[in-house]
Amino acid sequence: MIFLTRKAEFSSAHFYWIEDWTEEENQRVFGRCANRNGHGHNYTVEVTVAGEVDPVSGFVVDLKQLKDILEQEVIRVYDHRHLNLEVPEFKTMVPTTENISIAIWKRLEGKIPNARLHRIRVYEMPDLFADFYGEEG
Amino acid sequence: MKAYLSRRYHFSASHRLHSEAYDEERNREVFGKCNNPYGHGHNYTVQVTFSGRVDPVTGMVCDLGALDAFAKERLIEQFDHANLNLLDCFKNRVSTTENLSQEIYRIFGEFGAAHLERVHIEETSNNSFDDVGGGMPVAGTL
Repeated sequence: MIFLTRKAEFSSAHFYWIEDWTEEENQRVFGRCANRNGHGHNYTVEVTVAGEVDPVSGFVVDLKQLKDILEQEVIRVYDHRHLNLEVPEFKTMVPTTENISIAIWKRLEGKIPNARLHRIRVYEMPDLFADFYGEEG
Repeated sequence: MKAYLSRRYHFSASHRLHSEAYDEERNREVFGKCNNPYGHGHNYTVQVTFSGRVDPVTGMVCDLGALDAFAKERLIEQFDHANLNLLDCFKNRVSTTENLSQEIYRIFGEFGAAHLERVHIEETSNNSFDDVGGGMPVAGTL
């Protein structure tokens, strides 16, 4: 079995806010991230899939196909968007790096032929990243 | 006390993805621009991870000098500035980085001084491949 990782980037705006909380609670928990005018990041996502190497092609998956799926399902939806305002899953979920990794997992799960999704890693910036290994992980 | 040691090596090589089992049209369809008959190349980075007991005297999992000498002879001298397709290990299989990972895992498995946990190969800054020997990766590594 081989693990294959493909990287892509997107740039998005967001802020952290829970409607049921008071402004003071939001400020206390989320600090500068609670500024409702939003702020942004250059995100990097790494998608790792696991599978057996095809004896003829030598591929686990076609990297071009994986790139296209990632582009179609994630980058096209997130890049140069405001996550809270324009991406449906973040209408009810705070767009933290943890939640973004879970959301990307859900967007890609079952869509990659011949391989099993192993890990989604999302970097909000080079010094901060979150990993999600699926419900079982 | 068990610890993990990782070391990174670099080599540059050319290759072409092409299978004799496919006709020309199918080769172009499956491998796209990687099937260019004249080949292309990459700067590969290989990261090997070994585990073992930390020697109470030397404080080491294994002798890094011995590992570097092994890597020089078995990895760099074989693969650096080579055409991968012409190497014996790719006579009967396509020189994808999946297959390269398995070959390099086999090679470093023969370094006897510590237990090989993982071979990680970066083909480009956007693509990487890991062989952990068939099982699941060590927590936190992948």
